[in-house]
Amino acid sequence: MTHWVTAVSVGALIVSGVAILLAHPRLYWGETGAVGAPSLIDLPLPFVLTGQPGWGRYLHFLAAWASVLAGVLYLTWGFVSGHVRQDLIPARGDLTSAALSRAVATHLRRPRPGSDDFLTYNVLQRLAYLSVVLLLFPAMVWTGLAMSPALTSVLPFLVNGVGGQQSARTLHFFAAVALVLFVIAHVAMVILSGWTARIRGMITGRRGERARLA
Amino acid sequence: MSRMTRRTAMIGGLSAVAGLGGLSLAARLAGQYGLVPPDSGGLYGVGETLTYAAQRMLTSGHSLAREFDRSQISAVAPVNGDPPQRDGYQRLLAGGFSDWRLDVEGLVARPSSFTLPELKRLPARSQITHQACEEGWSFIAEWTGVALSDVLARVGVSTRAKYVVFFPFDDFWDSLDMADAWHPQTLLAYGMNGRELPTGHGAPLRLRVPRQLGYKSVKYLSRISVVDTLKDIGQGFGSSAPEAGYSWYAGI
Repeated sequence: MTHWVTAVSVGALIVSGVAILLAHPRLYWGETGAVGAPSLIDLPLPFVLTGQPGWGRYLHFLAAWASVLAGVLYLTWGFVSGHVRQDLIPARGDLTSAALSRAVATHLRRPRPGSDDFLTYNVLQRLAYLSVVLLLFPAMVWTGLAMSPALTSVLPFLVNGVGGQQSARTLHFFAAVALVLFVIAHVAMVILSGWTARIRGMITGRRGERARLA
Repeated sequence: MSRMTRRTAMIGGLSAVAGLGGLSLAARLAGQYGLVPPDSGGLYGVGETLTYAAQRMLTSGHSLAREFDRSQISAVAPVNGDPPQRDGYQRLLAGGFSDWRLDVEGLVARPSSFTLPELKRLPARSQITHQACEEGWSFIAEWTGVALSDVLARVGVSTRAKYVVFFPFDDFWDSLDMADAWHPQTLLAYGMNGRELPTGHGAPLRLRVPRQLGYKSVKYLSRISVVDTLKDIGQGFGSSAPEAGYSWYAGI
């Protein structure tokens, strides 16, 4: 459930985020930045202002609330039910360099999982999901909040800790790019491993033979 | 199987009822404590209300926007849009604003009209603050002016007041809730970086609201009105911004 709320809201966040970015597709470091001031990166994108209403921000904030609330629910459930511990945190033995390189080699040789690992996440999935849930999402939220002059009047460390308001904007952009790359890889993996059975399993919550054979 | 379904349905129904009840209670409380923004309608209004309510609760104690060192003042301070082209403004500009007045009216005990020298005789405040445009760019500047709270105290604000509305010489009128109106950093600024306020930055007088995005800092001020409702001004969204698709509250 939280997955689909997150999926829809992350999609909306990406679309509206692009709309917001296009109003000023330049990135800066520090507190300030503007046309005529030194920039960090000039993205090869046009400035799109004419006829652009603020729907980008309205949608961005609505979707941000939805994804943050879904994220809080997911993490609460994840820690209480043991999902994080059992399904996401890798076993210690899987984290040795030998085991990791074996996992990478297996993954590269055989993208379709065998029947034995349909139901559990392998060590590479665990690491990817864990870093998205516990690093990337919090980084998005942090750098997003750091751009709010109202919030930083109460919690100045939000923005001072990342080197300034424009630094927060730049980091928000790079974290978003990382998130987009994850989403692409994530959807590609689901397609490779059997789209129909997996999606049905996610919607009905039913796993195992019946779902897989159907 | 059927028992599971019935139980699931019952739990679902009960939580839906509890959820709706909780939501309506929350909405009533939010309305009572002034936590609902004027552009709270529609689906986007849900996000707006959550943001405004959450930030108002967090910033209730007149939290101060970050202030900076003089060495951090930006060399580049861009201007968005042109000064008002209307005759009235152009005539005042040509005359060095000697005939300009700021009218303060509405729910006040003593409606008043201030000349620029009169405003400059009130206690002057300076702040070096960050101003971010909603487009994404930003600059730091030093602003000098009179605290809006000093002017409000002078005219005597009614206890019924809920918002202060700012009318400029162009179409970009806006409003503040009383939390921002009484905030010590909310300025009526007539100076920038140690000089008179440049025309493009809103001469002769502009608002500065450092806890919100740049577009709340209304330029080219002409009139201030204290009101208890925003419903009958413009389209009733509290500002020209939502009429153009931007949110009324810009604490972001």
